[in-house]
Amino acid sequence: MGTGKTLYYSKDHEWIWVDGNLAYIGITDYAQDSLGSIVYVETPKPGKAISKGQVLGVVESVKAAADVFSPISGTVLEVNDDLEDNPGLINESPYENHIAVISLDDPDELSQLMNQQQYEEYIKGV
Amino acid sequence: MKSSYIPMTREQQEAMLAAVGVNSMEELFSAIPEELKLKKDLNIPDPLSEHELNKQMLTLVEQNFDSSWNLCFLGAGIYDHFIPSAVKHITSRQEFYTAYTPYQPEISQGILQSIFEYQTMISELTGMDAANASLYDGATALYEAALLAARYTDRKEVLVARSVNPEYRKVLYSGLKYSGITIKEIEFLNGTAQDKKSGTLDSGLLQAAINENTAAIVVQSPNFFGIIEDIKTISQKAKAADALLIAVCDPISLGILESPGALGADIAVGEAQPLGNPMNFGGPLLGYFAVKSPYIRRMPGRIAGQTTDSEGRRGFVLTLQAREQHIRREKATSNICTNQALCALTATVYLSLMGKKGLKEVARQCINKSDYAYKALLETGQADGVFDAPFFREFVVKPKISPERLNNELLSESIIGGYDLSKDYPELEGCWLVAVTEKRTRTEIDLFVRKVSKICQGGIFI
Amino acid sequence: MIRDERLIFEKSVAGRIGFSLPENDVPEVDLAKTFGEGVLRDSEPEIPEVSEVDVIRHYTNLSKRNYGVDSGFYPLGSCTMKYNPKINEDIAAMDGFSRMHPLQNPLSAQGSLEILYRMDKLLSEILGMERVTLQPAAGAQGEMTGLMIIKAYHISRNDEKRVKIIVPDSSHGTNPASAALAGFEVVHIPSDEKGCVDIASLETILDDTVAGLMLTNPNTLGLFEEDILKISEMVHKCGGLLYYDGANMNAIMGIARPGDMGFDIAHVNLNKTFSTPHGGGGPGSGPIGVVKELVPFLPVPIIEKRDDYYVFDYDKPLSIGKVKSFYGNFSVVLKAFCYIMMMGSEGLKSASQAAVLNANYIRKKLEDVYDIPYNRICMHEFVLSAQRQAKNGVTALDIAKNLLDEGYHPPTIYFPLIVHEALMIEPTETESPETLDAFINTMRRLAGQAETDPEKLKNAPKTTYVSRLDEVKAARTPVLRWRP
Repeated sequence: MGTGKTLYYSKDHEWIWVDGNLAYIGITDYAQDSLGSIVYVETPKPGKAISKGQVLGVVESVKAAADVFSPISGTVLEVNDDLEDNPGLINESPYENHIAVISLDDPDELSQLMNQQQYEEYIKGV
Repeated sequence: MKSSYIPMTREQQEAMLAAVGVNSMEELFSAIPEELKLKKDLNIPDPLSEHELNKQMLTLVEQNFDSSWNLCFLGAGIYDHFIPSAVKHITSRQEFYTAYTPYQPEISQGILQSIFEYQTMISELTGMDAANASLYDGATALYEAALLAARYTDRKEVLVARSVNPEYRKVLYSGLKYSGITIKEIEFLNGTAQDKKSGTLDSGLLQAAINENTAAIVVQSPNFFGIIEDIKTISQKAKAADALLIAVCDPISLGILESPGALGADIAVGEAQPLGNPMNFGGPLLGYFAVKSPYIRRMPGRIAGQTTDSEGRRGFVLTLQAREQHIRREKATSNICTNQALCALTATVYLSLMGKKGLKEVARQCINKSDYAYKALLETGQADGVFDAPFFREFVVKPKISPERLNNELLSESIIGGYDLSKDYPELEGCWLVAVTEKRTRTEIDLFVRKVSKICQGGIFI
Repeated sequence: MIRDERLIFEKSVAGRIGFSLPENDVPEVDLAKTFGEGVLRDSEPEIPEVSEVDVIRHYTNLSKRNYGVDSGFYPLGSCTMKYNPKINEDIAAMDGFSRMHPLQNPLSAQGSLEILYRMDKLLSEILGMERVTLQPAAGAQGEMTGLMIIKAYHISRNDEKRVKIIVPDSSHGTNPASAALAGFEVVHIPSDEKGCVDIASLETILDDTVAGLMLTNPNTLGLFEEDILKISEMVHKCGGLLYYDGANMNAIMGIARPGDMGFDIAHVNLNKTFSTPHGGGGPGSGPIGVVKELVPFLPVPIIEKRDDYYVFDYDKPLSIGKVKSFYGNFSVVLKAFCYIMMMGSEGLKSASQAAVLNANYIRKKLEDVYDIPYNRICMHEFVLSAQRQAKNGVTALDIAKNLLDEGYHPPTIYFPLIVHEALMIEPTETESPETLDAFINTMRRLAGQAETDPEKLKNAPKTTYVSRLDEVKAARTPVLRWRP
């Protein structure tokens, strides 16, 4: 799991990678695998203020749709435009393809998330 | 079992009960608490044989004055157009009409391809990028369009021209009542000689009503009075305010009139009953829904899409289903499940038969004949013009006597008269909305005009 | 069969016509002069130019790639794919019904009004309700109408804090979708180990913010909610209303009534229970019945009989308004009316009995080879699980696709969501034991093959016009229309 970067994980199967003030958010390998072939990713509008737990976007497969919840609070700075033409990138490499970048307003929120080892334990129990 | 629709015989029933391991039919229903079981027969009439049913229905149907023997000059959103015989021969094929929604695409290519063709035809007529597989009717299609606009823009007010079909506005009001979305109606220009614009949306009032909370502007063209609205100018106003323009358009008129898509509309909706569907006393009808590309994934209802099978051959499936209630549940774009598929097939077959030329010819004759009737009515001196903007298929006049009385008298002459506008528009007290389709001949129109004139003059002499 | 994949547009030949219209016999309007700049179409819409015989052949060939109830067995759970009597089609197609304008003088439409009036009475009796509106165009619209009535009712009592609608986790997707559209918050409750509403969970949710509970009974597992009277008492005690999703009404006609169970509002799908055809997706009709206290909130118009005449009554100040134009899908209502007239009380009851017996017969004959998660006497349908087969790689989808090759329409798959690898089977009463036996044999054979030769089941269907279609491609790069 992971790509060598230090990631944080949420119970809703989102990952976060923090780079300075920026937080990259995507969905985990477990999430993409349960959804199956992803056909569309609905991304938020840049500039949108988002609070922890709010819906950041939606990931759709043929027979399912899953909300992506923001694990932290912040402002949407950028979305991953590559997903528009190629949503399957998330299936291919979920940790290389973030959905959005948001500003990290409250670094303390990260402490409520899981690290890799905790997340691995967590999905065993799901 | 006594019904011819239930094949199980008494002997088979006994054998099947034994196979299930119960002693009686009652035992099968043992999960139902005893106090809930109906202890008597339902109080409904005794069963009829097919022959008896037929006879009873014939006595009922005799009390109806239908348009096969009454000349219909009534429109107001539902129209008496010609329907080619070939249409019902296709739609009465059991493979179409007894099938369910195409959940299993491999054995549903017939209906799926026809939906794809329907979507294409509606897109072509409206000048849009995509259309869905159908909604219940024009009124509910407008409701869905308003919802889409409010969600897309994240705004809460919809501006609706008062010249939009009152039936649509009623459905819109009740549908949006608990949605947090408000409706503001925009008046039309009333009184003649306003630079050939009377009867159209008052664009000054519209401009004043637009604000940062405007999600959409709704305009109908031809509007409820049959008058062509200036969709282009209105859509520019919408665009300037980052609001969506929802155009309600009659599909027959689009054989000749510029498409709402080309005029800048974002969403086109309307009633496609005129495309080969009978009036059916108001149902089933056929709501069409078409959009420009940014809104495709926000459309309500079923959508058919083209793809390939495992051998690379062209095929069709229901697609973009993640929008729908069976997947997204409370977050779905709409709750619609069953739609009007057979009516959409009807429209597809109708349009295929009419072709480019036929549709244009129907539209042209509607223009010619309504114009002829309008002028002839004014010439009698028994009816006055009300608006002066150009119209399609339908026009407003003010006869010398009340539309209600006039309609009653006409009915005894086997003529179904126009729509009494006083009901919905107090300011149009005594005004009468008359529709003339391609089906009406010159002789029939002349007869109609003569009867109207005579009734208005106080007597009818046959 | 000649393979012809072309769309109708691809058969178009410029100048060919398929219409026959009378010549224009009035003066031509000068379009450019009358309408002025920018009003007329710039370019023609790409509608095909084909002859009548082209059209007939094209759509006749398309129909051969479709499967209807008249083609064969259609045990699509939750959809009640019963036979559609032909006489009903003939009656609905009569000029005297089909060529009526909805706005013509009601005195000239007494036949149509009488049918609407009598249908209200018939359905009220069958549902055990006070009055019925025929306006909703489909079950989902009936739900929405019912929920709007629930909203209006609470508001009329100045009880606006009731914002929640409870639905079971096994409910149809339309339930939560309709509730959300009517402005409610949706709360899901789990099913208990018997497949019914979990009473303990319900207890914890019920409070003065609950507007109502939506329930299908029998539920989507085909099981009767045995505690319905208790549920009804609990919901009513907390001030909520009970909504009946009538999708499964085919199990209990003439046997039990939603009104007697304590439901306040109930819809029925005429396009399921009352035999009207599904039309490849519609039109349907979803009338709703309500108890006396809710009658004032019904959509307008209501049809009344006054001095021997049937009239539309719009004078209902508390009405929620209109949910659809005019009076509903009249011709669908008419077909269902004919059905009820031909069945009578005894016929309707026999239909439900036969539907339930047929379902149990199949269940019993398959219970040793498939898992049945809630295996007890069911109502008109039951849910199998292909979990056992899935261990060998044969999923519910594979079984469904193999049934296509065997000439059947498959059951509903992957619903309800609470059963893994679900196959929901609803035979209806219009199928003979011979048909059921043949289907049972096929299902058993497939179960056997899933053990012995699972690979063989992975490539079905092989006999259909197309093989498995790429749904991912369709959704990733949508092609939703033909382009010239």
